[in-house]
Amino acid sequence: MTATSGEAVAETARANQPEPPKKRESLDPGQGRRGLLLVTPTIIMLSVVILYPIVRAIIMSFQKDQQLDPTTGQFVAGGSAGFSNYSDWLLQQCGGVDCPPGTLGAGFYNAVFITFMFTIITVILETILGFWFAMIMNRTFRGRSLLRAAVLIPWAIPTAVTAKLWFFIFAPTGVVNSLFNLHTQWFSAQWPARFAIIIADTWKTTPFMALLILAGLQVISADVYEAAKVDGASAVQRFLHITLPLVRPALMVAILFRTLDVLRMFDLPYIMTHGGGGSGNATTTLSILVVEQIQQGFNSAAALSTITFLIIFLVAFIFVKFLGANVVDKPEAAGRR
Amino acid sequence: MATATTSTPTTTSGGGERRDVTPGREKGAAAAAFRTYLGVAIIVIWGLVPFYWMVVTAFRNSAFTFDTTPWPTHVTLDNFRAAFDTSTGNDFGKALVTSLIIGICTTVIGLLVGIFAAYALTRLDFPFKFVILGVILGASMFPGVALLTPLFQLFTNIGWIGTYQALIIPDISFVLPLTIYTLTAFFREMPWELEESARIDGASKSQAFRLIILPLAAPGLFTTAILAFTAAWNEFLLAQQLSGQSIKPVTVAIANFQGTVPHVIPYTAIMAAGTIVTIPLVIMVLLFQRKIVSGLTAGGVKG
Repeated sequence: MTATSGEAVAETARANQPEPPKKRESLDPGQGRRGLLLVTPTIIMLSVVILYPIVRAIIMSFQKDQQLDPTTGQFVAGGSAGFSNYSDWLLQQCGGVDCPPGTLGAGFYNAVFITFMFTIITVILETILGFWFAMIMNRTFRGRSLLRAAVLIPWAIPTAVTAKLWFFIFAPTGVVNSLFNLHTQWFSAQWPARFAIIIADTWKTTPFMALLILAGLQVISADVYEAAKVDGASAVQRFLHITLPLVRPALMVAILFRTLDVLRMFDLPYIMTHGGGGSGNATTTLSILVVEQIQQGFNSAAALSTITFLIIFLVAFIFVKFLGANVVDKPEAAGRR
Repeated sequence: MATATTSTPTTTSGGGERRDVTPGREKGAAAAAFRTYLGVAIIVIWGLVPFYWMVVTAFRNSAFTFDTTPWPTHVTLDNFRAAFDTSTGNDFGKALVTSLIIGICTTVIGLLVGIFAAYALTRLDFPFKFVILGVILGASMFPGVALLTPLFQLFTNIGWIGTYQALIIPDISFVLPLTIYTLTAFFREMPWELEESARIDGASKSQAFRLIILPLAAPGLFTTAILAFTAAWNEFLLAQQLSGQSIKPVTVAIANFQGTVPHVIPYTAIMAAGTIVTIPLVIMVLLFQRKIVSGLTAGGVKG
């Protein structure tokens, strides 16, 4: 039973990898062509909505920014920029000199810091809380549907509405200040503003995390726990040596999903503080910086969005490599490390 | 005991513990049950209270915006009238229709295209299958902001900013991958043997698909449609940049909601608007929660 459930967990995680889980026996010889035919519309669509913009963004990022020609309304390319759009962001250069403070160009490393700060704090909070939620949801069976509905509500509320809702809750005379008898101007100081955004994000996405972890927990057979209990394992030991290793593949996928999602965080800080909060850019994430840069120059914005994409890609790559290592060997073996 | 185990396939140690009736364990079991229900209470409060506060505020007279009474007081419908008031330039009612159009178009396109890809990925062997699967997975995690700059420039050049197509086409970039991986997860679980049985009984490939597979797939398709629609309905980043004054979705309308009095944030009207936007989703959640959870986790856990 242990092996079966362990494999089931590994199987679900393995399906996340692009590598083939198993080959089906051929049904008929024409299926190769038919398969390609059936995925062709998807490939065409994704090429139009994703591949084309990426290629276009990369081409743009190597061109100099120039103003729109007011007479024709056409964008006039300013010639090749080489890597200067990239190096301007990375080296904080604005027109050959160091960017003055307060400009977008000077805000790059700040935005990187804020993006990763939000990512690390919210993902840790959501993982711990989500795990706890999942353990409770896995335990009860009376009132299960009430629980499920309760956790789905934060997920279902549009992020834009979530932002406004928490903006109201953290308002100067709002319910948080009234309840705790505070006079904090939450959105006029840097850490309170960040705190409010972290709370709003954690509230909204912990349920999603909990559901993903719960799906992993449900694959673990009750027999494993029974056997461990017979062998005299304490609750803590059972958690550390059974639950954690067996749920690990599902947990890693959940953490990966959330991490990639927070790295592109936009809605909450944009609506709640417009990237501001005390100093004008205390909550400016990379996505917000791109949006602000679009107003000032497409090509430079394209370079920045490509950098953002590469950062997210790199994080995903590290995660998948990391996950991949765990998916190959058996979860029991992973638990022993 | 046997029946209990079979009827609840997810039974775990907690259930087992409660059935142990050795006297020494009784106390521990009661404490465990108490802790469980305390946890349940915390989760329910977590999920419902902020939402409840939005609804209560939506029905509260705006003069009492910051009243902290936990139950509805000064109940009025004025906020809903204010939300739909067009004199402030909010056009909330129109934005609702716009979001509905965007959501339906995106969902229909996503399903129509995605269903074939998901079928092929589940049922057929073909060249580059796993490359394609990888591309679709990668696409689902793709940051929207990387698409924004070129699309914004392109749509500006061809005069598409603030048109339906400018709001629908970019949404395909995340709705289509979501549709495919959710459908693929559902299709993997389906009893495909029935298709072969039907074929043996003389049904044609398309008959087997129409008469056997489609009805079986309907719940999965429906759930996928809900997830796709929700994703499109909730989108903000691309819509904020690509919509215009007259055509914008509700998320953008709410984010930029203006009050009648300058510099006074119309909190109650915003909460009313938020309630209206959220209620259809909450109803869907209450009706189809089991399916939504399986769809969400199928997409999540299986990639």
